[in-house]
Amino acid sequence: MMRYLPGVVTLALDQEECVGCTRCTQVCPHGVFEMADKRAVFVDRDACMECGACAKNCPTDAITVDSGVGCALAMIIGALRGTEPTCECRGGTCD
Amino acid sequence: MGKDCCGDVEIGGSRHWKTGVLETSAGSVDRITSDFSWRDRIGWWRTRCGIGRMTFAVPPGLHALGEPGADSDVFVTANYKMSFDHLRRSLAGRNAWILVLNTQGINVWCAAGKGTFSTDELVARIADSGLAKVVSHSRIILPQLGAVGVDAGEVAAQSGFTVRYGPVRADDIPAYLDSGYKVTGEMRRVRFRTMDRAVLIPVEVLNVGRFILPAMAILFVLAGVSRSGFSASGMRLQGSAALIALAAAWLAGSVLGPLLLPLLPCRMLSLKGALAAVLVLALPALWVLPQLTGRLDLAAYWLAVPAIASFIMMNFTGATPYTSPSGVRLEMKRSVPLQAICGVLAILLWLGQRIANG
Repeated sequence: MMRYLPGVVTLALDQEECVGCTRCTQVCPHGVFEMADKRAVFVDRDACMECGACAKNCPTDAITVDSGVGCALAMIIGALRGTEPTCECRGGTCD
Repeated sequence: MGKDCCGDVEIGGSRHWKTGVLETSAGSVDRITSDFSWRDRIGWWRTRCGIGRMTFAVPPGLHALGEPGADSDVFVTANYKMSFDHLRRSLAGRNAWILVLNTQGINVWCAAGKGTFSTDELVARIADSGLAKVVSHSRIILPQLGAVGVDAGEVAAQSGFTVRYGPVRADDIPAYLDSGYKVTGEMRRVRFRTMDRAVLIPVEVLNVGRFILPAMAILFVLAGVSRSGFSASGMRLQGSAALIALAAAWLAGSVLGPLLLPLLPCRMLSLKGALAAVLVLALPALWVLPQLTGRLDLAAYWLAVPAIASFIMMNFTGATPYTSPSGVRLEMKRSVPLQAICGVLAILLWLGQRIANG
């Protein structure tokens, strides 16, 4: 997979809260997490695209991330309208 | 597409994938085929080209594939026809239940992001379909990307069904089932290969065309304006230069950029777009444009074409499966001012050319 800008994502993991359920390793589409000593660890945090699947499925909220629409036009339209960025069902994304 | 794009969708006309009805203890369920017919193929191509994509839906609810029984697997999908087709094709020769959620005709990943492929919808659909009466187990298999909208723990708490996240791609489902529900690392990863990008190009071309075709028409006519009034021959020559320049931006931003994505250096998509524009513009700018128009126009196009392609490619972040919103925000902060400056300078140079035309 291609790489995007490093060091920018909002993904955070609180290992103290991790109960070792392994859900995050199952749902991440970019292999960001692995298990080590029965706890989740980052192995490639910069590969995160902030989709939010890990945080959504984490039973103890040990993972947090600001997820949202990653489309520039949606952000511009959102900024102009003063609303949250919304996907306009453009072809590409909605395939 | 505007507001109405995500409203009530029309459920696809012929329902040719339905082969009959299966009576279950929770009522009758549509029987479906795993065969992928020429009608399905035409539907896919229409959708890829942006025709009728918002009416490309299947009815939500439980469906039966093959001869499923109380112990058969339950697969959950979106009611976007293409998602449904991928799933039923991958289950050819097997017996399974397919639970279709109402995602308003949107695919699994997007619908999960929008909140229609959600915990609530899944729990409600499980209850509504009487799934607990149809199967004797409590396992449901979700596409991995559905996890963006579904909290597996909540689903278990509210419905009693245990969520298993299957592979990202339906193509991997046979291997997943044959290995006893094992998902390899490769199956867990999204891809963005050349073909994955190529199929997005028609819709990109159309989306950009809605803005760039009117711009072409306006610039073509305005190109004929000069201090001494309007010249039809000036319009033909310099207007053609404008058409070529805008076509170059269009080609670079919506075809070449997406296609060459991994080959273009640097990580920001806006820069990739600008580079693609330089590649496309080089030949006409050195050869045909100088014969059609003046130096000020040429300078304007060297600024405007990369800026436009840069803007188009910046928006392609919405179609890629690897760009984070935080990264896009940073990229925009850096690129939008540059795009704007290039745009304004290009307009001034272009107006200067009209004045210089005399």
